Amino acid sequence: MKPEEISALLTEKFGARILESKLGVVSPWSVVEPAAILEVCQFLKFDDRVLMDHLELLGGVDYKDRIEVVYILYSMKHHHRYTLKVKLPRDNPKVRTVESVWGVANWHEREAYDMLGVEFEGHSDLRRILCPDDWEGYPLRRDYKFPTRYRDMPV
Amino acid sequence: MGVMDGKFEENVFITSLDWIFNWARSNSPWPMSFGLACCAIEMMATGASRYDLDRFGSGVFRGTPRQADIMIVAGTVTLKMATRIKRLYEQMAEPKYVISMGSCSNNGGPYWQYGYHVLKGVDEIVPVDVYVPGCPPRPESLIEGLIQLQNKIKRETIAKKSEPAA
Repeated sequence: MKPEEISALLTEKFGARILESKLGVVSPWSVVEPAAILEVCQFLKFDDRVLMDHLELLGGVDYKDRIEVVYILYSMKHHHRYTLKVKLPRDNPKVRTVESVWGVANWHEREAYDMLGVEFEGHSDLRRILCPDDWEGYPLRRDYKFPTRYRDMPV
Repeated sequence: MGVMDGKFEENVFITSLDWIFNWARSNSPWPMSFGLACCAIEMMATGASRYDLDRFGSGVFRGTPRQADIMIVAGTVTLKMATRIKRLYEQMAEPKYVISMGSCSNNGGPYWQYGYHVLKGVDEIVPVDVYVPGCPPRPESLIEGLIQLQNKIKRETIAKKSEPAA
């Protein structure tokens, strides 16, 4: 399936819950309403025409006025790729977990939580994955202040 | 604190005993199997047949700090790892030595300015005997560092522990 077709399929199925789409770029994407992300992911994974059985990447981006969570999906059967985005408010970003759809989302969501503080509701084990458990702050946020000490060690 | 510290009266000469202790220690400094980043790849190359760390009695990488004499800190010391490094160092038996291998463990290396998670030099937490520069150092450099450490061990006396790194 071409990205145009996937985008059309999404709009047909979910209507206004797909907020915007951009095609004709290197990785075509659609912005999904945060509340609808789980349904959209389930549809994309299990629908035979799309069959996105592989979550290539789940990551967070801080755009200063908002935080986006990016999902890059790939189909091993049809060899096509599509990107979903969710725009979240910078204070208290929350979105449903897609762990039930792709198991690999577990660690990816933990990373986004560790680096940007995105809270994934319903996640089975939402802990920091890279930084120590007692780390303070979210290092990839634009306004992150570097710590000067960590457990009596100078940074 | 050397093994013979306070065991004898003054003016007991122990040069020959010193020599045999230092000969034994300097020719079998067993390192701990312990690598943190790309420097560890060079350390593995140093231990393998082409550069053959066994020629210096140092190819016996031990799986536990209890059996190791030297710790080669090979790679980036993140703050999360720093707490573990300190614990491993404390678990090693005396006499123990530390080789800091590569720019990252010497002073933070490329993470010097913007590495929020990197300790700026392993000497902040453990005493370092020899610093090996490089990013990563070639096996020849690590061998040179080891030889420097051996020379340092040979200058020790069992009556007194050697001074911290000069």
